[in-house]
Amino acid sequence: MSENILKVENLTAGYSGKNIIENISFDIEKGKIYSIIGPNGCGKTTLIRTMSRNKKPKSGKVQLNGSNIFSMNTKEVAKKMAVLSQTNSTMSDVKVKTLVQFGRYSHKNWWEAANKEDLDIVDWAIAKTGLEKFADRKINLLSGGERQRAWIAMSIAQKPEILILDEPTTYLDISHQLEVLELIKTLNEDEGITIIMVLHDINHAARYSDEIVVIDDHKVFKKGNPWDILDENVLGEVFEVDSEITEDKYTRKPIFYARKVVRK
Amino acid sequence: MQNYRKNNEGKYIIFVLITISVLMIIAFVLGNAKGTINISPSRIFQVIFHDDGSVERMVIWNIRLPRMILAGLVGINLALSGAILQGVMNNPLADPGIIGISSGAGFFAIIILVIFPKYQALVPLAAFFGAMLAAVIIYSLAWKGGIQPIRIILAGVAVSALFGAGTSGALVFFSDRVHGALTFMNGSLSARSWPEVWSILPYTIGGIILCMLSSRKLNILILGDDVARGLGLNVEATRLQLTALAALLAASSVSVVGLLGFVGLIVPHSIRLLIGNDYKYLFPGCILLGACLVMFSDTLARTILSPTEIPVGIVMALIGAPFFLYLLRK
Repeated sequence: MSENILKVENLTAGYSGKNIIENISFDIEKGKIYSIIGPNGCGKTTLIRTMSRNKKPKSGKVQLNGSNIFSMNTKEVAKKMAVLSQTNSTMSDVKVKTLVQFGRYSHKNWWEAANKEDLDIVDWAIAKTGLEKFADRKINLLSGGERQRAWIAMSIAQKPEILILDEPTTYLDISHQLEVLELIKTLNEDEGITIIMVLHDINHAARYSDEIVVIDDHKVFKKGNPWDILDENVLGEVFEVDSEITEDKYTRKPIFYARKVVRK
Repeated sequence: MQNYRKNNEGKYIIFVLITISVLMIIAFVLGNAKGTINISPSRIFQVIFHDDGSVERMVIWNIRLPRMILAGLVGINLALSGAILQGVMNNPLADPGIIGISSGAGFFAIIILVIFPKYQALVPLAAFFGAMLAAVIIYSLAWKGGIQPIRIILAGVAVSALFGAGTSGALVFFSDRVHGALTFMNGSLSARSWPEVWSILPYTIGGIILCMLSSRKLNILILGDDVARGLGLNVEATRLQLTALAALLAASSVSVVGLLGFVGLIVPHSIRLLIGNDYKYLFPGCILLGACLVMFSDTLARTILSPTEIPVGIVMALIGAPFFLYLLRK
């Protein structure tokens, strides 16, 4: 039995008068890959923003190794949990290397400069994401796929136990989508980083995750392995489509094909 | 040049900073040399370090030197204030004017100038109080479980409009006394001397130190709130502290020279266009160019229509705006 690294307990969050997620609870086991899927407006982005302390919950807790992240020092959280948000910052024009060094922020006091260990970790993160050639390039001059890898390099420079990603493949073409997902899988396998990500593509979720959490109507609809989730009834109920599930010859994972829309 | 810049980023930045430093020194010497009596550069340095009882010594020591130093300090404070606010608000158009700090200072100073002219000595104090009061009001209006940049800007615009209306009202009702008030509203360094230098210097020194220490935080903050929080930055506290610092820097300069627009917007922007957005270099660039710009503008303001003096704010806009347009077009 492996340990639960993160426990989401009765989490409710939203705006005044309206709850976007209601009473959500589930456990995250160390070393696994989790995907959160659900239709537009189901609350999955709010869930992941709350789990990563970017939004304060109305009630409930997120326990990281037994401590509630909302009462922890934010730097302490950052040492264990890295978050890759969707970003569209236009103010920054830093070099890849500088960006990756920001990942060391939580490990430094304000008077400390980067030491040998930090620089080694930065080099490791850049190598791990295959960005050696781009280390001195500015991030606003990179292509979408390269930029996403640079953000991932920054996140792993935090040396986190958990990496949370909000739609890491958005705006990328298919080959870059696979490249990013393969990179995430490698990080999970080689470094043992627990992955929690929001994905749009159900087939990607099925192929790359150990567990899938389906959010519908502000609540957890179902949690299970890809074969539990990719099921005509589950997908029909949640995504309102008539679908067909088959098995991929190579990965032995389920593949889903949506035939038509069936409104409830 | 473009190619050289790409391959030698570090050297390019140092080259730009050194060029601005040279310009700053030229502006300083020029400001001391020019006026109703012209004094040669070697004579300037002679009389600064040696009191020989001459007229030159009196002109330099009592009038031009403190005025140039004050111009430099005001330029530094406003430029740093603007650079901080742009980062904190994540908005390249933020400056002390936009978030209402200047108009708060202006309103209180005008009240003293036109309604209680007997207490003119209290203008700096009143301006300072007004700036801080505006900052506090804006903050409490913008606070909603945290500070969002867009709420600060909206609250700033509202507060600015309110204080602006108050200022106009005061000027209309006391139209016979507006002369001093107009000078204040356009910003002027006329007749300022050592007392003003000493009153603003601590803010400049403290401001420079705190800015340099905050450059890493600002670099992270401009990546966006969620990213910064993910990296372990306490976003709300950082934003609160840095806005207070920017308000203090702006207030200290408004209190001695009046409302000097443009510097907080134009200087950080010029530096951004020249060497990029990294606050580690942006702050030094702002310090040098801010001082250079205000010293140079004040010298022009003093000499161009001599013996009449134009408020430095008008000159600032006249040089600043075209330079800015040139950088945008480049």
